[in-house]
Amino acid sequence: MNLWQSILEALESLAANKMRSGLTILGIVIGVAAVIAMLAVGTGAQDTITGSISGIGTNLLFVFRGGDDSIRNPKPLTLGDADAIADPFQAPSVEAVAPVLDGSATISYGGETARATIDGVTPAYFSVRNYSVVEGDYITEEHILGRASVALVGPELADTLFGRHDGITGETIRIEGQPFRVIGVLESKGGGMMGSQDNVVLVPFSTAQTRLLRRSTQDRVDVIFVQAVSADLVSQAADEIADILRARHRTPIGADDFTVFSQEDFVQTAETITGVLTIFLGGIAGISLLVGGIGIMNIMLVSVTERTREIGLRKALGARKRDILIQFLTESSLLSMIGGLVGILVGWGIATLVEVIAANSGTPFATSIGLDAVLLATLFSAAVGLFFGIYPANRAASLEPVEALRYE
Amino acid sequence: MDDWVITAENLTKVYKMGEVEVHALRGVSLKIKRGEVVAIMGPSGSGKSTMMNILGCLDRPTDGEYVLDGEVVQSLNDDQLADIRNRKVGFVFQSFNLLSRQTSLANVELPLRYAGMTSGRKDRARASLEAVGLGDRMLHRPTELSGGQQQRVAIARALVNDPAIIMADEPTGNLDSKVGQEIMELLLGLNRDKGTTLILVTHDPKIGAQAQRTIRLIDGLVEDGA
Repeated sequence: MNLWQSILEALESLAANKMRSGLTILGIVIGVAAVIAMLAVGTGAQDTITGSISGIGTNLLFVFRGGDDSIRNPKPLTLGDADAIADPFQAPSVEAVAPVLDGSATISYGGETARATIDGVTPAYFSVRNYSVVEGDYITEEHILGRASVALVGPELADTLFGRHDGITGETIRIEGQPFRVIGVLESKGGGMMGSQDNVVLVPFSTAQTRLLRRSTQDRVDVIFVQAVSADLVSQAADEIADILRARHRTPIGADDFTVFSQEDFVQTAETITGVLTIFLGGIAGISLLVGGIGIMNIMLVSVTERTREIGLRKALGARKRDILIQFLTESSLLSMIGGLVGILVGWGIATLVEVIAANSGTPFATSIGLDAVLLATLFSAAVGLFFGIYPANRAASLEPVEALRYE
Repeated sequence: MDDWVITAENLTKVYKMGEVEVHALRGVSLKIKRGEVVAIMGPSGSGKSTMMNILGCLDRPTDGEYVLDGEVVQSLNDDQLADIRNRKVGFVFQSFNLLSRQTSLANVELPLRYAGMTSGRKDRARASLEAVGLGDRMLHRPTELSGGQQQRVAIARALVNDPAIIMADEPTGNLDSKVGQEIMELLLGLNRDKGTTLILVTHDPKIGAQAQRTIRLIDGLVEDGA
């Protein structure tokens, strides 16, 4: 018997019990769709997160106060530390250094008020963080020296306050009640790990230090962003920074009271987390595929019992064990493959839906259905059909013709 | 020398039902000539169904020797038996046993498919259906046919592989006497025209009387006619 004939015949017998076949297929559809959607969302999340980490800047290192939990009373980072790291003789692998004071503030314009991240920054910040403005100017050395009351606003904050994000340079906003002149609008960076990177206002470092984000220690800095000369020199730059800070903070080796993170560390951590998450979600979805497979086995067993006489007849007419086996395996594989194909489409639909919902709720998010996920789902569902079909098919093939013919 | 299509020597069949052994056949020997019409008769429990199953290669004897059309059957495995059934035996059952979802043509084609024939199947199936007078019912399904017509499809199916014997198990049992007689005439006519050996398994004396020879079984033994 050729394959095409077997497939046609299997389709006919599946069509004879449309409701039953449909429900069995549904079990597989749900399983495959869940696997596809979960993998798509998982990979999408991974791409988005790693993408937004890379978007922070290039060849970037982050220096934070505090080491591991055993370090008591870590010394705060200071502007002095930042200057030392910026010294090309002490740290030749460092390209630029941007110390930042970080906090949040209430910002108002006219009747509108909003809460946003406020960062006190230096001119180097823009190149280090890869920020650019869509209109207006950057914060300059003069602004720092003059402790100028000027601010750059992020597009999201601009939308909240002004209802638009262009043509607002020159307006005056109030940060914690103090008037600041808007000198420009930042370009959109999208969502980040720590909330939106667009709901932000940037002010000169010295202004933040003296008027907005007062710290108990003089010259204190919350984070130092460091840009390495090149990607190859990132780890060397990290070593140089660690040496400088150890010397300045007089910490014994192995008891650092600061932490140097590279962008790559973040990307790797994020990839590990989202990878585990994807496998976890995919695994749970895989269980529903397994349940669908058990559904196939169940229905095939019923079908074999119902068609015992038919099997007996086919054997009387000369069907060999193999012919019967192929007949029933074709049916179970068709059930699972149809389910698999529909499941891929449904899974793709769910992923698209997630994308739309994410976009509407303000966190654009691209899911991605890789060829590998499709292949995996197809192969897996075909394997499920074969695996769960073998037992019933074998049972059918092993029936004795005499007894099968006598079966009522 | 006679041309024997069936020679059976001392066939026995023992079924084990738990602890009890049931001797369905207790040493049956018989010979059937090519082209002969033979009725196997006997009351229920006489072993005639067992006899039919063994002669039709659906089952193997526990002991004894059975040669069908030159093939020694008792030592074959399941797949070889299936092949013998396919090529040498045409079955006609009391309850027709057609595949209800398939057309007459597809039903008749089925043995050809199991024979591994890839081309010309439809033509042979058509010819076979025409031979039983159903040339105009090729694409009807069994539910759209009368009982007599369904049995004709079954006969066409039994003929299509040009078998050595046709094994008819109460072929008229589910039909009224008029239609039953038509079916008998069809079977006998095929025997006359094509020379196909016909074995009728029945308990109906009227059917048995139409055979050239009657083999009577009682209690797993041949009473007479072998």
